[in-house]
Parts: sequence; C-alpha cells; structure tokens
Amino acid sequence: MIAHKTIRMTVNGTTYERSVEPRLLLSDFLRHEFGLTGTHVGCEHGICGACTIVVNGDSVRSCLMLAVQADGAAVETVEGLGTLQKLNPVQAAFQDQHALQCGFCTPGMLMTITDLIKKYPLASDAEIREGLSGNLCRCTGYEHIVKAVRALVRQPGSAP
Amino acid sequence: MKPPAFDYIAADNLEGALSALSAAGGDGKVLAGGQSLMPMLNFRLARPSVLIDINRVPGLAYVEATGSTVKVGALTRHHALEMSPVIKTHLPVVAAAMQHVAHLAIRNRGTIGGSLSHADPAAELPMLTLLLDARIGIHSPRGRRITDAGDFFVTSLVTSLEEDEIVTDIEFPKPARESGWAFEEVARRAGDFALAAVGVTIDARDRKCEQARIGLMGVGETPVRAHEAEALLRGQRLSDTLLDEAVASIRSAIEPNTDLHASSDYRRHLAGVLAKKAIRDAWRRADGDRQ
Ligand SMILES: Cc1cc2nc3c(=O)[nH]c(=O)nc-3n(C[C@H](O)[C@H](O)[C@H](O)COP(=O)(O)OP(=O)(O)OC[C@H]3O[C@@H](n4cnc5c(N)ncnc54)[C@H](O)[C@@H]3O)c2cc1C
Ligand code: FES
Ligand code: FES
Repeated sequence: MIAHKTIRMTVNGTTYERSVEPRLLLSDFLRHEFGLTGTHVGCEHGICGACTIVVNGDSVRSCLMLAVQADGAAVETVEGLGTLQKLNPVQAAFQDQHALQCGFCTPGMLMTITDLIKKYPLASDAEIREGLSGNLCRCTGYEHIVKAVRALVRQPGSAP
Repeated sequence: MKPPAFDYIAADNLEGALSALSAAGGDGKVLAGGQSLMPMLNFRLARPSVLIDINRVPGLAYVEATGSTVKVGALTRHHALEMSPVIKTHLPVVAAAMQHVAHLAIRNRGTIGGSLSHADPAAELPMLTLLLDARIGIHSPRGRRITDAGDFFVTSLVTSLEEDEIVTDIEFPKPARESGWAFEEVARRAGDFALAAVGVTIDARDRKCEQARIGLMGVGETPVRAHEAEALLRGQRLSDTLLDEAVASIRSAIEPNTDLHASSDYRRHLAGVLAKKAIRDAWRRADGDRQ
C-alpha cells in the first residue's frame, strides 16, 4: 500500500485539507471529493481541453496534474466563475452569442478563455481561433465561440 | 484511463531530487510539467514505482543572457520562453517556433527540460537545440556533465540520459545580431505536433552566405541537421539553382516515417517546400531586411 499524502488546497476561495492517494488526478479529486462535476473529463491525455481549470492564475489540464501537486495551490473551476443570477463576463458573452450547444466543452472553453484574455491581445479572429485550438467542441459550434471571445475583447473593461 | 499506483516525492532541492532518483534504481521518473509523462501514465505506457516531482526545486526556471550565450533553466515553462524578451531579442527563431508548441494550458506547464528529455522527434525544442548547437547541462550523483545537443538525441523518445540523471540547464550560443533566421511548420491543427518543420539561420557577408544552419523535425527518429545542404550554401550567393540543389540534398538526406497523419513521401515533399521557404526568408533577413 502506498501512503496517502495530506494536502491543503483552496478551491474557488475555500481552503480544504484532504488525504489523497498520489496517483489521484486533480480532475477526479475535484469531481469526486467536492462534487465539482463542472470540470468535464473527455480524454485524460490533454487533447480535448474539457478538463481545463485555473491553478495559481494559469489555465492547466486537470487530467495532467496530480491532486498532490496542487498542495498549497489556489484552484479555480467553472463553478467559481459566476452564479445563475449573476454570470461573469465570459459566461455572459457565451449566453449572448449562443456559444454553447450540449455544453460538454463549455467549462473548459470558459476557463481557457479566462486565461487567454489575460495573456494575449486576441486582436484578430486568427489569434482567437489559435487560442481556442486546444479545446474540442464536438457539437462544432466554434463560430459562435469565436464570436463570444470577439465580443468580450472588444468590450473595454469586461475582463473579469 | 487512470495512472497505475506509484509513490510520490516532491523534491525541494536538486540534491534531494537526485538522491531520490538514484534510490529508485531505474524505477523512478522525474515529473516536470507532466504534459508528456502524465498522458503516458494515464495510458499506463509508463509504470514507475515513484515519481520525483521537481516543480518545487528552486533555481531551475530562468532565461538569462550572458556575453555570448543565452542560458535557460530546465524548468522554464514553454509559455515563459514564448514571452521572454531575452529570447525575442537574441534567439528570434526560438520565439517564432514556440508559437507552434501545443496550446496555452499545456505551455503553462510544459518545460524545456521535459521536452528535451522526452525527445519526441516532432517536437520543436529538441530541434532548436540541435539547430543552434546548444549545450545541455546534466546533474547526477556523480556530478555535472555537459553534452552537445547532437549527442543527446539517440532515437525516438530515447536520449543519452542515464537513469539517475536530471537535465538542469540549456545553453544556447547567441547567433550574431545580424544573423537571418526562419522557422516553418505544417501541422494538422494549430498546436498539434508537426508533420514536418524546418528552422534555418544564416550569417551573410557581402551577400554571400558565411554559415548556414538547417534543422528539421518530424522527418525521422530524431531531429536532424542538413549538413550537406549547409555546406552547399556556404560561401555562395543565393540563386534559384542553389536553392533547388539545397532542397534536393535535404530531400535525399531524410528518411521520414509513414503514420496515420502523413506518408513518408508527403513528409519528404513537405520538408523540401518548407526548407525552400525558410532558407529564402532567412537569407533575406541576413541581407539586412529585419522584418
Ligand atoms: C495535447 C498536447 C499537445 C502537445 N503539442 C506539442 C507540440 O506541438 N510540440 C511539442 O514540442 N510538444 C508538445 N506537447 C508536449 C509538451 O511540450 C510537453 O511539455 C513536453 O514534451 C514534456 O515536457 P514536460 O515538462 O511536460 O515533461 P514531463 O511530462 O514531466 O516529462 C517528460 C519526460 O521527461 C522526463 N523529464 C522531465 N524533466 C526532466 C529533467 N529535467 N531531467 C531529466 N528527465 C526529465 C520525465 O521523467 C519524462 O520521462 C504536447 C502535449 C500535449 C498534451
Ligand atoms: S480530459 Fe483533460 S484534456 Fe481531455
Ligand atoms: S457544445 Fe457540445 S461539445 Fe461543445
């Protein structure tokens, strides 16, 4: 038996302490331990982007990180973005532009875009598309997702 | 899938990481960005008994210009390299190539040391170290050694690293300021591994090529240098005939694989097309066009 490790992690603003098996993926930890099932799991090898979350301010694939590695980290998941009553600007742009269909890819898209708009000017559609290229949408509603990002970056002061 | 069971050690200094790795006796794996190792664990293609996480080891993430070189710490993330003003100024070919490495969420985690150690033949950083004659600094319980990039890549996913060694730093010689450069890649989607890519640097004087470097990736078991084509260009003025000769020499020197994504013939053809464009662009920049 491999010993569990004790970790402390802030998830969407609340700090928790838990004991975990080293091999537990951060995606599974968030989903199973906290019921944060907004973090979707599509491929578990970094390809689909559905599991993207933000750790210490940077977007990461939660299927490619171990829960033990996030010891001491501040983790943000899609559940932390806004509420039904008050969507955050990225979510509101998705609603306005009809940027989701089945919604499977949406959490990963929202978390990716949260980081993209901080790090890149996204001045052209080509740049927006390149930024989104690591997230697959099997409903293939990419056009509206690009529109949502375009609306977001053209709206000064909208960055969350 | 889920990874097999393993123990986990978060090293807080290099000595700790080295001793944990050698204590594992070949059954341990260094965990850096995890962007290649974690997929392999999830697929159970790797089954180490212990992971030695080096993410908390201080002093391994930096980009520094010295008089004649640029030094990069092994734990430098791809996104940091992509954004680094030192890289933009001194190694513009690296800055251009980093745009093609994966996607932001992967660049936020993936490291140069991990990319070199993983040694994917279609990866950008291994090819860039070979192109620029970089030297790779390695630590083990026996001390420090330095190896040329040319001696580091053995075959696909295999390097000359011993099982108790850790890559700690990479030193790129600074090309001359007026050196021309170009990087050309074709991949199925932005951020995918390349079907083929070419990096070129050219030093020119009086419109003649003094030195050319041509590196290719995705066209064999390791990244490669086109030494014969480099020799063809040396001392010459650029002409269409010379370009065609260089391209023909590159196409006959490489032995690309056929896989799901492209045939060997297609890759050979593509490598020539990309090389032609890259040599022309690098030469134009070397001739003083800084655009
Ligand atoms: C969807 C996806 C797309 C990608 N696309 C690209 C791409 O287009 N181009 C590209 O180049 N890469 C691509 N990658 C791979 C990415 O660049 C990885 O970051 C890189 O290959 C490995 O770096 P890492 O730091 O994540 O290493 P890890 O995954 O942590 O480790 C990889 C291997 O190297 C060993 N290792 C790590 N660091 C050291 C060290 N300092 N010393 C000794 N051994 C070490 C590990 O034990 C392991 O065997 C992609 C990855 C994904 C998931
Ligand atoms: S589940 Fe993590 S990228 Fe697909
Ligand atoms: S909305 Fe269905 S996968 Fe994107």
